[in-house]
Amino acid sequence: MEATVVRIQHLVREFSMGGETFKALNDISLTINSGEFITIMGSSGSGKTSLLNILGCLDQASSGDYFLEGVNVNQLSKNELAQIRNRKLGFIFQSYNLLARTSALENVELPLLYNPDVSAKERTEKAKAALDAVHLSDRMNYLPSQLSGGQQQRVAIARALINDPLLILADEATGNLDSKTSYGIMMLLQELNTVQGKTIVFVTHEMDIASFSKRTITLRDGRIISDTINTNVRNAKELLANGFETSELKTETK
Amino acid sequence: MKISNLIRIAWRALFRNKIRTFLTMLGIIIGVASVISMIAIGQGSKQSIQKQITAMGSNMIIIRPVSNLMGGARMDNSSVQTLTVSDVKALEKQVSTINGVSGSVSSRGQIINGPYNWSTTVQGVSPSYLSIRGWTLAEGIPFNSQDVKLASKVCLIGQTLVKNLFPNGENVLGQRIRFKRIPFKIIGILNRKGENTFGQDQDDVLLTPLSTVQKRILSTIYYQTIFASAVEENATELAASDIQRVLRRNHKLQKEVEDDFTVRTQAELIRTFSSTSQTLTLLLTVIASISLIVGGIGIMNIMYVSVTERTREIGLRMSLGARSMDLLLQFLIEAIMISISGGLIGVVLGISVSKSVSYFMHWPILITQSSVLISFLVCFVTGVFFGYYPALKASRMNPITALRYE
Repeated sequence: MEATVVRIQHLVREFSMGGETFKALNDISLTINSGEFITIMGSSGSGKTSLLNILGCLDQASSGDYFLEGVNVNQLSKNELAQIRNRKLGFIFQSYNLLARTSALENVELPLLYNPDVSAKERTEKAKAALDAVHLSDRMNYLPSQLSGGQQQRVAIARALINDPLLILADEATGNLDSKTSYGIMMLLQELNTVQGKTIVFVTHEMDIASFSKRTITLRDGRIISDTINTNVRNAKELLANGFETSELKTETK
Repeated sequence: MKISNLIRIAWRALFRNKIRTFLTMLGIIIGVASVISMIAIGQGSKQSIQKQITAMGSNMIIIRPVSNLMGGARMDNSSVQTLTVSDVKALEKQVSTINGVSGSVSSRGQIINGPYNWSTTVQGVSPSYLSIRGWTLAEGIPFNSQDVKLASKVCLIGQTLVKNLFPNGENVLGQRIRFKRIPFKIIGILNRKGENTFGQDQDDVLLTPLSTVQKRILSTIYYQTIFASAVEENATELAASDIQRVLRRNHKLQKEVEDDFTVRTQAELIRTFSSTSQTLTLLLTVIASISLIVGGIGIMNIMYVSVTERTREIGLRMSLGARSMDLLLQFLIEAIMISISGGLIGVVLGISVSKSVSYFMHWPILITQSSVLISFLVCFVTGVFFGYYPALKASRMNPITALRYE
């Protein structure tokens, strides 16, 4: 069951700035199996965003190999990369990146518009199912401006789910949200991971958020400095049900 | 990528910015509307000038004798005696490209009605003269070949004569007026024709049967002029050469001898006027086209702004799997949609403007299918041309930097 989704070997990403080259990623090797929930941690400049860009097929490595489901992504053309992003990956961004003045349903449909194999009917059905999965089926005709931040992020998650991706990539997905809403998002991601078996890679710099994942990879200066399995995974749902309420009450009484 | 999906994407994007889309469209709308209405006005005036010339008798051909030299001095045309009734008969029989021939002789003098008098030209013509000139009667009847045979003392008069000889507004038909002591019975009144293009009063005429002037006034058997009309405007040149051939034969002119007559057509006049109104149309079209180009630049400007403003959207679309080509096409289709729908509205507006110009200002207009088609085509080309570079800019963005664009 635990199939290898991602295999990265000796991956290097170099940037040249002002005549100097520096390595944003320096000899990274890692493997991600199906059904994992990984957080990538690190301070700014540690290379976590560069790694996410490469994982997301938005960027290609300077050297080394990246196999996504056995396919060497480093050797693909721009159009082939676009197709992989469309069929195999789902993105969640810090700032949601929903299209303004476009209904939640149409926002969720967006990736399938770039897939000619999907009919209009199928597209709407899948979008409705995805919105249902993020518990927003009653808001599908709302515009982003009519939704709260948490709801907007859930629409974005539905958009990432619609193509049934191999890998969901989240970039500081809770960065713009308050703690309670963040926990709500984490609860949703945990649910997707445990119930639907989605493979999730979550980039964050918050320890608090990382504690919801099963595995944490920490980067510094372009190298992996630790790769640990979380023995004590927090359950966001339980936290929201009891603990969070009380802690919030405490802050209010202070 | 399905083109229908791209059209859907472009449509949604345009619909999100209704006001901006409309304002961008406005440039094209005004451009197309002005092109169409300007061409309509230009073509309309051209057509109306042509009509006026035709009304003057654009197919009219005038044959005059060439005055001969008498001891080195050119004599007056009217003294020349070469055009005769046999010429008219020969022309009638042998030239198929004309449908009317009339000899003409005229004499100037005072016309008298009781206390009123007026100086004018009495012109003797045959009954076909009216159709050659395209003149019509307001009242009464024309004279016929019987009147010509009998040299009847009847006449048709123009509006200027009516005004000056009968200033009290009495009934004119049946009245008699005198010219050189000969009483003429008025049997018809010509319709008002106004001044011709040269400022000549076309209503200052008195027409009588040819033979009346020949026998009763001038005592001559010759014609001063022969008028003929070609079957159609385009056939005038051909008719003129036919006439020349027939007359040379009738006058028994040897090959080396010059014509003893001249044949004139109105073709030159038409050419002058056509080229004038052609220039007018061209000028109006150029001005209108400039506004279309300005509209196109408006599209380009807005598309550039739009591409820059939607950088994050472009990044997002790329991250969701849009290829460069998809984005190029999306923005190109947006530009084309703006220009085409602007074009459609512009066509409707242009036609309505032209119609209201003709309704309120009574200007002649002519909306041609080609002007509508061409301006619509130009719209499409404008959309592609001015939309291409912004679209190219969008398609060449790097998804990573585009996603982080603030």
